Amino acid sequence: MQTINFLKPNRDNIKNYSIIGSFLVLVSLIDVISNAFLKINLTSFLPGSLTTLFPLIIGLIGLNMMRIDYSGHKTLDLLNKNINTNNFNAFLTLVILFSIIKALPQSLSWMIFDATISGDSKDACTGTGACWTYIKVWFRRFMYGMYPNEFHWRINTAFILVIALGFVGYFMKENLKKYLALYYVIIYPVIAYLVIYYLISGGSFGLQWVETGAWGGLSLTFIVSFFCLIFCFPLGMIFALGRRSNLPVIKYISICYIEFWRGVPLITVLFMSSVMFPMFLPEDFFMDKLVRVIIAITLFEAAYCAEVIRGGLQSLPRGQYDAAKSLGMGYWKMHIFVILPQALKLVIPGIANTFLALVKDTPLIFVVGLAELAGMLALAKTNPKWLGFAMEGYIFASIVFWIICYAMSKYSYNLEAKYKTER
Amino acid sequence: MSDPIIKIQNMNKWFGDFQVLKNINLEVEANKKIVVCGPSGSGKSTLIRCINRLEEHQEGDIIVDGNELSEKTKDIEKIRAEVGMVFQQFNLFPHLSILDNCTLAPIWVKKMPKKEAQELALDQLKKVQIDDQANKFPGQLSGGQQQRCAIARALCMQPKIMLFDEPTSALDPEMIKEVLDAMVSLAKGGMTMIVVTHEMGFAKEVADEVIFMDEGMIIEKADTKEFFANPKSDRTKLFLSQIL
Repeated sequence: MQTINFLKPNRDNIKNYSIIGSFLVLVSLIDVISNAFLKINLTSFLPGSLTTLFPLIIGLIGLNMMRIDYSGHKTLDLLNKNINTNNFNAFLTLVILFSIIKALPQSLSWMIFDATISGDSKDACTGTGACWTYIKVWFRRFMYGMYPNEFHWRINTAFILVIALGFVGYFMKENLKKYLALYYVIIYPVIAYLVIYYLISGGSFGLQWVETGAWGGLSLTFIVSFFCLIFCFPLGMIFALGRRSNLPVIKYISICYIEFWRGVPLITVLFMSSVMFPMFLPEDFFMDKLVRVIIAITLFEAAYCAEVIRGGLQSLPRGQYDAAKSLGMGYWKMHIFVILPQALKLVIPGIANTFLALVKDTPLIFVVGLAELAGMLALAKTNPKWLGFAMEGYIFASIVFWIICYAMSKYSYNLEAKYKTER
Repeated sequence: MSDPIIKIQNMNKWFGDFQVLKNINLEVEANKKIVVCGPSGSGKSTLIRCINRLEEHQEGDIIVDGNELSEKTKDIEKIRAEVGMVFQQFNLFPHLSILDNCTLAPIWVKKMPKKEAQELALDQLKKVQIDDQANKFPGQLSGGQQQRCAIARALCMQPKIMLFDEPTSALDPEMIKEVLDAMVSLAKGGMTMIVVTHEMGFAKEVADEVIFMDEGMIIEKADTKEFFANPKSDRTKLFLSQIL
C-alpha cells in the first residue's frame, strides 16, 4: 500500500495532482476512442496483452491521483463522490465507459450511418446497416393492423374523441366535481365504448363494418390497454375492500377470486377466454373475441390491483378508522371520504407498476390471433418478401413501448407529487 | 335525580382470553364531568371506547342516551354521532384541510348544508382559537393545535357527550396547557364529559367525580374533593402518591 499512498493527494497539492490525474484519464480515453472510432492502436509498441490493458491501468492511476475526501472544488468533489469513491468503483467506471465507447461506433453505423430508409421494397436495403425501409413500408400495418387503409381516419378520429373526453374532468365545474368518480368509472368507459364501436367497428351511419379480427397494431394495443386499465382499477378496489370485509361470505369470495386469478398464467386465461369460454355459452349468444379477451385481462389484472390497493389500506393507521367511526360515518362514507383518498394516494407507485405490466402484457393476445404491435411484427417478419428484418422490427417496438411506458411512469410521478400530503 | 345519560351494568370484556374489563358498573348523569385515571393497562381507554362501540363488549349492558349497545344495534352511526371522541394521537384526516376536517362529518352524516357547516366549523375553531389556521393541513400544525382542531371537529357534530382518551399524553409539556384550557372552557359550557387523563390539576378543577381503575376494575369512584382528600383504598393512595 505504501507505493499507492505516495500517489495520494492532500488539500495543498490537490491542484497539481488533479491536473496530472485528469491528464492520465484523458490519455486513456483518447487511446480507447482512437481505437474504437479510427481503428488506430496508439499503443502498438507495447506487448499484446498490455496494449489492451494500457488505458485501464493509466485511467486507474489517474483516478487514484484525483481521489480526495474533500477538495472544495465543486466539480472534482462531485466526480469523486459519484464515480470515484474507491479503486473498485473507479475500475467499474472505466470499464463501463470504455465498453460504451467501444460499442458506440458499430451501433451508430448500423442504426444511422449505414442504414437505409429510402425505397419501398427489400431491394433498397443493400447496405450493411439497418433497413428502416422495412419499418417505413410496414408502418401503417404496425399502427393499424389489417384495418383497411382508407378507413384509418376512423381510428384516428375515435382516439382523438376518446382522449378529448378523458380531459373533460379537468374542465368540470366545481359543483359537478363530486360526480367525477362516477364519470370516470361508469359514464366515460361507456361513451368510449360507443365511440369505438360506432367509429372503428362501423356498421351504421354509412360506415362500413370492419370486424375486430382486422384490427391490430399499436391502435389495438391502445384499445385493449385502455379498457383493461379503466375497468380493472375499480374492480380491484372492490375486491380489496371485500378481502378486508367483516362479512365472511364477501371476504372469502374475494380471497378465492384474488388467489384464483393470481394463480393462473395470463396466457392460459387468454386461451380459455377464446377457446373454452364460447363452448359454455348458448349457441345463439355471440360475444366478440376482442371483448372476451379484454374481459379476461381485466379480471386477471383486477386481482393484482386488489392486492396493491389492499396494501395501501393496511398501511393506514387504525386511528383513521376510529376517528371516522367516532364521527358517525358508516362503512361507505368512511371509506369514500377518509380511507380510500389516503390509501389510493399511497398506492400510486404500485398501481403504476401494475398498469405498466398490463400494457406490456398485451402482446400476449397474439396467442388467440389478435395481432397488436408486437403481433404485427411477428407476422411481418415471416412475410416472404421481408425476411430477415426481425431486429429492426423489435428495436422499433421496444422504442414505441418504452415511450408509452415512460410517459405513464412520468405521469404517475406527477400524480404522486400532486397529491402528496404531510402526515 | 335525572335519568343517567350513560348507564353501564355488569359489563365484562375480553381480548381473546384476557379479561380487560371486569364487572364495570357506571352511571353518568347529563352535564357531569367524570375523570378516569389509573395506571396504564388498567382498561381506562377500552372502557370509553366501549361507550361509542369502537370496542365491543361481551357481557352486560351499555345504554347511551336510551339506546342499548349490542350486536343488534342497527344504527350505531346515529349513536356515535351523538358521542364525540378525542384521541391521544389526534387522528385528524391528513388529506383534508382543518376546515374540511371539521365540516366533513356534519355535511355527510348530518346532511347539513355546506355553508352552514362551514360557519359552524369556524365558530368551533374560534372557540379553540385556531380559526386562523382553517385552511392549513394537519401536517402543518403543532401537536397542540392539532388536538384543539380534533376537539373542534368532534364538537361540530354537536354531540351530547364528549369522550377524551388521554388527550394530552402525546403532547409537549407547553402545549398541554392550551389543550386543557380548551377542555376547561368546554366543561364550563355544560358538556357531559368523560376524560381519561393523568392531569390531576384538570381533574381537581373541573371534575365532578373521579374514577380510579386498576386491572380492569373500578377500584374507587368518589366526588373529586373526597377522592383527593380522602382516598379509601390502598391502591388509590399509592397511585396518588406517585402521580401528585
